[in-house]
Amino acid sequence: MAPPRSFLWTRRIVLTLLALFALTPVYVMITSSLKNLQDVQGAFRWLPDGLTIRPYLDIWHTVPLARYFLNSLIVAGCATVCSVTVAVLAAYAVSRYSFRGRRFFTVTVLSTQMFPGILFLLPLFLIFVNIGNSTGVALYGSRGGLILTYLTFSLPFAVWMLVGYFDSIPRELDEAATVDGCGPLGALWRVVVPAAVPGIVAVSVYAFMTAWGEVLFASVMTDDTTRTLAVGLQGYASQTDVHWNQVMAASLVVSVPVVAGFLLLQRYLVAGLTAGAVK
Amino acid sequence: MTARLRRIGLPYLLLLPALALELLIHLVPMAVGVAMSFKELTQFFIRDWNAAPWSGLANFRIAVDLDAPVGQALLRSFGVTCAFTVLAVGLSWLLGTVAAILMQDRFRGRGLLRTAFLVPYALPVYAAVITWSFMFQRDNGMVNHLLHDQLGLTADPPFWLIGDHSFAALVTVTVWRTFPFAFLILTAALQNVPRELYEAAAMDGAGIRQQIRRITLPSLRPVNQVLVLVLFLWTFNDFNTPYVLFGRSVPEAADLISVHIYQASFVTWNFGAGSAMSVLLLLFLLVVTAAYLLVTSRRERGPRKARGPRGRRPARV
Repeated sequence: MAPPRSFLWTRRIVLTLLALFALTPVYVMITSSLKNLQDVQGAFRWLPDGLTIRPYLDIWHTVPLARYFLNSLIVAGCATVCSVTVAVLAAYAVSRYSFRGRRFFTVTVLSTQMFPGILFLLPLFLIFVNIGNSTGVALYGSRGGLILTYLTFSLPFAVWMLVGYFDSIPRELDEAATVDGCGPLGALWRVVVPAAVPGIVAVSVYAFMTAWGEVLFASVMTDDTTRTLAVGLQGYASQTDVHWNQVMAASLVVSVPVVAGFLLLQRYLVAGLTAGAVK
Repeated sequence: MTARLRRIGLPYLLLLPALALELLIHLVPMAVGVAMSFKELTQFFIRDWNAAPWSGLANFRIAVDLDAPVGQALLRSFGVTCAFTVLAVGLSWLLGTVAAILMQDRFRGRGLLRTAFLVPYALPVYAAVITWSFMFQRDNGMVNHLLHDQLGLTADPPFWLIGDHSFAALVTVTVWRTFPFAFLILTAALQNVPRELYEAAAMDGAGIRQQIRRITLPSLRPVNQVLVLVLFLWTFNDFNTPYVLFGRSVPEAADLISVHIYQASFVTWNFGAGSAMSVLLLLFLLVVTAAYLLVTSRRERGPRKARGPRGRRPARV
């Protein structure tokens, strides 16, 4: 049964406006990144007068963007692998076994998820500085230290989502595998993990995206050599003369990998979020 | 015997890495954070915080003393954060719901639109928010070009990143970043609503409005309960958006609590006061969340009963 015309028109108008709202910054980002410096410093124009790719060449010299890129890649990658691996094991235990303290564990993990990052920032900063002073292990300013702080938000989320996802996989599957001679870890590895691939991909994408975009810890816990993109990009803007075309070009360059990855894997993400949150 | 032991010990073994990490990244820092809030932890003691003298409740007294500048600033920041959260969560939820409902049926271009709505969610925060801060520039920004030059809505081109307008700018950027998440979750939830319900309703003569009111919205309710709580926590605790949008000089009108505590700690190097504020923030969040869960679970328990084949439902947020 076709919806009435008035509904169709409302739908067209509302969705067009929303799409404009969603995409205007992307349009500004792309067009401004192709403008000359005079053009971006003058009054805004929707259509650029002339196009240039100079900003894309200059961004690598104005700030050490390549190094920031590498740092972000290492930190976000390690934080993702670490949190997902640990979370798979923990979520399997929570989903498949009943043991003393299970409820306590889940409640703790779930409640830490709601805590603001600022709450952990001060103590972690202090602990890192003090460990560095007393043992010489440089956590403050190191990539390892930053990775550790990123686990504060990626690990609880990964555990929460994966428990939900594992619960939706029938127990009979891994029980059958155990009967066929698999150990519990074998059952996890051969049956549960393959069946949970969409959930694991979703959690990984999410963990990577949040780590890639994290600003708070990155701005406190890094030094010149370990700075990530989140802090590095502000380097263009804090100079007296803001090269907005370069800022936009750099923003676009650092966005492409995650946006492309996200759009490619969005099906998994929707499926994973559905299993974890929508039940 | 060993097999039995292995079977009992196994779940703990599986949990061991997670437990160790939880201890390291959450429990110990929280304990340290609470301890810090009772200490006179100024810049002189950053290198060795054990040496800092105990100060009892002094930090808390400073934080809530409304006659002194610190307490006044904290209260104002708290008020700004509450107003901001209500507005930003409300608008994000509304836009997300509208988009999800309007896109429930198949039509040409739906996949493309969906991708368009997801882009703000996928962009890294700092890249997206820096773009907004460019758009909000007074003289060479897109927003003033549109509102002042093209539509003539404002007499003078306003400043968006300083002064009172910064609140509106912050809400706009936050809604832009958050509504896609609401849209994503609600879209997923709507996929579970059987089409037959709508067909049956249409047969009975229900118009589109009634279908939305009687079928769509009620079926979203359980998801909305989780969604609104998550949006609330994220928005209330947001640091990234104001910090990137305004840089280090955050205007009073947009001084969110996370940034406020950050500035109070790292600009004045008074970690004791900063920790006391963090502890107060945590208590507030705990109370609000507990109250919210209590209210929603009571409402839920009424007509709806056991769910899921195993009777155990994965814990909510």
